[in-house]
Amino acid sequence: MAELNTGGKQQPRVDLTAMVDLAFLLITFFMLTTSLAKPHAMDVAMPDKEKDPQDQDQLQVADNRTMTVLLGSNNKLEYYMGQLEKPLGGPTVTSYGKEGVRKVLLEQIKRVPQLTGDPKKGLIVIIRPSDKSNYKNLVDILDEMKIVNAQQYMIGDISDPEVELIKRDGIYK
Amino acid sequence: MARPKIKRANTTIDMTAMCDVSFLLLTFFILTATARQPEPLPVDTPSSTVQIKVPDKDIGTITVGSGGKIFFGIAEPQVRQRMLERISEHYSIPFTAEEKQRFGLMDGFGVPIGQLKQVIALDANARAKPGLQGGIPADSTDNQLKEWLLAARYATKEEHNVEMRVAIKGDAKEEYPAIKKVIDVLQDQKLNKFSLITSLRTDDF
Repeated sequence: MAELNTGGKQQPRVDLTAMVDLAFLLITFFMLTTSLAKPHAMDVAMPDKEKDPQDQDQLQVADNRTMTVLLGSNNKLEYYMGQLEKPLGGPTVTSYGKEGVRKVLLEQIKRVPQLTGDPKKGLIVIIRPSDKSNYKNLVDILDEMKIVNAQQYMIGDISDPEVELIKRDGIYK
Repeated sequence: MARPKIKRANTTIDMTAMCDVSFLLLTFFILTATARQPEPLPVDTPSSTVQIKVPDKDIGTITVGSGGKIFFGIAEPQVRQRMLERISEHYSIPFTAEEKQRFGLMDGFGVPIGQLKQVIALDANARAKPGLQGGIPADSTDNQLKEWLLAARYATKEEHNVEMRVAIKGDAKEEYPAIKKVIDVLQDQKLNKFSLITSLRTDDF
């Protein structure tokens, strides 16, 4: 059969540019809709709730081991050592994070076992969020406990004298 | 002057390999994708440094946001249906099989029990409209959250024979009393261990 010799076999070529464009568009779409960043879970254990409110928070522990942290408004907190009536340290207003409460916590965690003479009897932190604190503050202070590796901490209810204290110091607005 | 003939270089690039790779990636993403459901109550979770991921099974999530509104959601459809059956018994509100089926596909909800039927009847997009669902009541006089939680725990136990875990997903700006209310409901059922859902901290804390 008569055929024109065009020199070499012509390769059938398809322009794939459009197809690649489309594929990348779809990849982008699926990447964005897939929830890649799964949320994290912070485990919290609360103390058993007593039916009688009188029994609540009446833990018999040595005063020199406890540190009470009161969470106030405006991302501020206040802490004191021991009992509110006769605090062994503080009350002091400070902030969250490494410049604020972390320094105090690390210091106390070191100091308390020396004071009690028993490495098992470390610091006990009592966290008392006030009504003016927000959820972020609670997570921040719990996170702080994880960061400084505090062994014993609990979340409790704030009492009226403590509310008066943080009101006086202007972090209850 | 005779110009020397320059052979024009062919500018078309062979796209075959690129096409292969991109479709491979595409296939991977399609297969691993679990489409993000539109959340009825979008919240901005606070960040923390914890690295533990939220489990995707046997977990009940209580979402608190936009001024103390409470939403509740469970991961698996079967457990959801079982939970609805228990609730319908408790409140003597009958649900049809179709309604149960539709409820099984709902990720989370936040309406009082009386309005649940209307919400089930809506389609998924209408449900996710902000402001439509006003939250589950959790006051001491009408504590529906307690009932839902109890039903969910029973349902999880019956379906999977494991204890349900509870996670609280709160908005960072939410005031503490709103969170406290939820924690109290949990503690009333002797649920002293639960998780707080956070996102990963990126700033220098």
